[in-house]
Amino acid sequence: MSEPILELRGINKSFGPVHVLHDIDFDVHPGQVTALVGDNGAGKSTLVKCIAGIHPTDSGQVLFNGEEVHIHGPRDAAHLGIEVVYQDLALCDNLDIVQNMFLGRERGKLGLLDEADMEQAARKTLTSLSVRTVKSVRTQVASLSGGQRQTVAIAKAVLWNSKVVLLDEPTAALGVAQTRQVLDLVRRLAEQGLGVVLISHNMNDVFEVADRIACLYLGRMAAEVNTKDVTHGQVVELITAGRSGDLGIARPETATI
Amino acid sequence: MTNTTSETSPKDSPQGAAISDFGIDTTSQSTGEAMRDYVARLRGGELGSLPAILGLVVLLIVFSSLADTFMTLGNIANLLAQGASVVIIAMGLVFVLLLGEIDLSAGTASGVCASVMALHLVRGGNLLGGMGDTVFYLFCGLLLLAAVLAALMRIWAGTALSLVALGIAAFGVPANPWIEMLLAVCVGTAIGCITGFMVARVGIPSFVVTLALFLAWGGVVLQLIGQGGTLGLNNDTLFNVANGNLSTAGSWILFVLAAGGYAAVVLGRHFSRLRRGLVASPTPMVLAKVGAVVLLAAAATYALTLNRSVSDLVVITGVPFVVPIVLVLLVIGTFVLERTRYGRHVYAVGGNQEAARRAGINVAQIRMSVFVIASSAAAIGAIVYSSKVGSVDPNAGGGNTLLMAVGAAVIGGTSLFGGKGRLRDAVIGGAVLAIIQNGMGLLKQPAAVVFIVTGLVLLLAASVDALSRRRAASAVR
Repeated sequence: MSEPILELRGINKSFGPVHVLHDIDFDVHPGQVTALVGDNGAGKSTLVKCIAGIHPTDSGQVLFNGEEVHIHGPRDAAHLGIEVVYQDLALCDNLDIVQNMFLGRERGKLGLLDEADMEQAARKTLTSLSVRTVKSVRTQVASLSGGQRQTVAIAKAVLWNSKVVLLDEPTAALGVAQTRQVLDLVRRLAEQGLGVVLISHNMNDVFEVADRIACLYLGRMAAEVNTKDVTHGQVVELITAGRSGDLGIARPETATI
Repeated sequence: MTNTTSETSPKDSPQGAAISDFGIDTTSQSTGEAMRDYVARLRGGELGSLPAILGLVVLLIVFSSLADTFMTLGNIANLLAQGASVVIIAMGLVFVLLLGEIDLSAGTASGVCASVMALHLVRGGNLLGGMGDTVFYLFCGLLLLAAVLAALMRIWAGTALSLVALGIAAFGVPANPWIEMLLAVCVGTAIGCITGFMVARVGIPSFVVTLALFLAWGGVVLQLIGQGGTLGLNNDTLFNVANGNLSTAGSWILFVLAAGGYAAVVLGRHFSRLRRGLVASPTPMVLAKVGAVVLLAAAATYALTLNRSVSDLVVITGVPFVVPIVLVLLVIGTFVLERTRYGRHVYAVGGNQEAARRAGINVAQIRMSVFVIASSAAAIGAIVYSSKVGSVDPNAGGGNTLLMAVGAAVIGGTSLFGGKGRLRDAVIGGAVLAIIQNGMGLLKQPAAVVFIVTGLVLLLAASVDALSRRRAASAVR
């Protein structure tokens, strides 16, 4: 197995008296899809936000490419090549696809915009991801379907030569065909050598695209396993009880939030 | 897949299936396709300034058939000068409206700028004498506060202009028409810094902040000018801003610069996009658009260089100065909104504030900056309307100045919900309002009727906005 591109060691995070993350260890490998699963309130989104720099961690180490890094804000994360695609798509309806993909990082000198350059880069990225569902890269995002919007959001994350892409429930609001599109896209991201983290509630999606599964239980990392070593049922047990046979935390009944 | 698929004939892409699972990413379309696309967008609720332009045409036809003096050259030139100040204030407000905010204080804030300007001129630069000790020190304190607030938010232009105003006031710079105009704009900037900080950093809803300031600035104007007083602007330069005209040669130079510049920019961009294989409108449409604008500009320039004086004793020719003033502001503002990073961020914050924040945009700074721009533009509007009247009275910028400006922006097609609108909307909407007021006046309608009609037109425009939004929201995805 390749060296992990992103490693978390003993991450702790509290919101006031609520201890949300307990000594989390978590690895993301390049070229693999790592699914992050867990029940509501298990701390999945919090973990992602800690990685993205939106929440500061209380303690613990973050290693990127084997070197310790300190992420103090979304810009630090973006600078390292960590991109997050949020559940509630962070797109502006009144802008077109190119404008959205480059939002906040427009190209051009002295505050002027280099539209031509951005448009070509956007088209190249969409082509490289085999996105063939948008008529024009100058289409307003407001007129796109849910799947297309998710595609744009993901393509936006890839545009930046990113190394790690975190997807927070990318298929939650999508229909069958659109889910298909997005899962294909997720797979292609990994094939391009990115480390992909997929947060999902949907076991079918997880088993379809993930190479590894990391299961959170009440803020603790219950297990990190290879997808082919576990069954559907085992993962569900890990999610609901924190333990399944030899897998999982030793005494889940003592776990408290 | 640059423009390889651009040959797709309309037959292959059935109508209505604008976006489906086919892999075409068109970069150029035929004129027919582009027209169909446009109609589809209209049906989808993206009306832009079309309703306002149609309204403009209807009004022109109605008034020119009802009032024989309406279409005279003298009246047209008069119309331009009448509408200019509202248009300028409205252009500034477009920035605020793009964020879905409102600036109710722009009108009375412009009144403050006008009265400071007039006071400085009348007192020969001695603001301390004109205002009295307490008011003067408060005024300087506020300018300093504005500079500090702008610096806190890293809006350096705001800091710089506020300090310029402070310098002019504190050092008693002698009166000079250009200094007066600079002072007015700088005071406007400072006012905008204060408003913007309250909204963006303190977090008070803009409606409340600007409502409070609307009242407060109205009081300040009264304090500066004095109950029942007026300050005359006895200065040729200041008087000419709204009442002077370019020479015939100057008018044609303006035409060459404006129309030629427009054609060069639009065509240059179009062909460079075609060359690089980017999304572009069909060439015939671009050519038609440029041709129409150049022809209209030529016709207007020619008409305005004819003698439009009603008496034989004087000759009045040339394009009014307000035309280049509005044009320059329009060009600068449009450039900022559409070609700069800042403008893109304004649209982004107006479209989805959370998305903008996650994209790393400094939302608070953008929100503050639009108020600075709106107040600065209002100050320029104040210079124009004070010049038109030739004096500043305690009602300057009060009454319905602000509401007319907001009305102009909305009638032109700027959305009150944010994220949608362009600067030219303000010009088109301002023209509609100016024509209504002017035309109704020529038809000898009482003020009551003029107000009612203006109100109804604004209501109509707001309903068009709301309905088109609903239509866009319910459009088939």
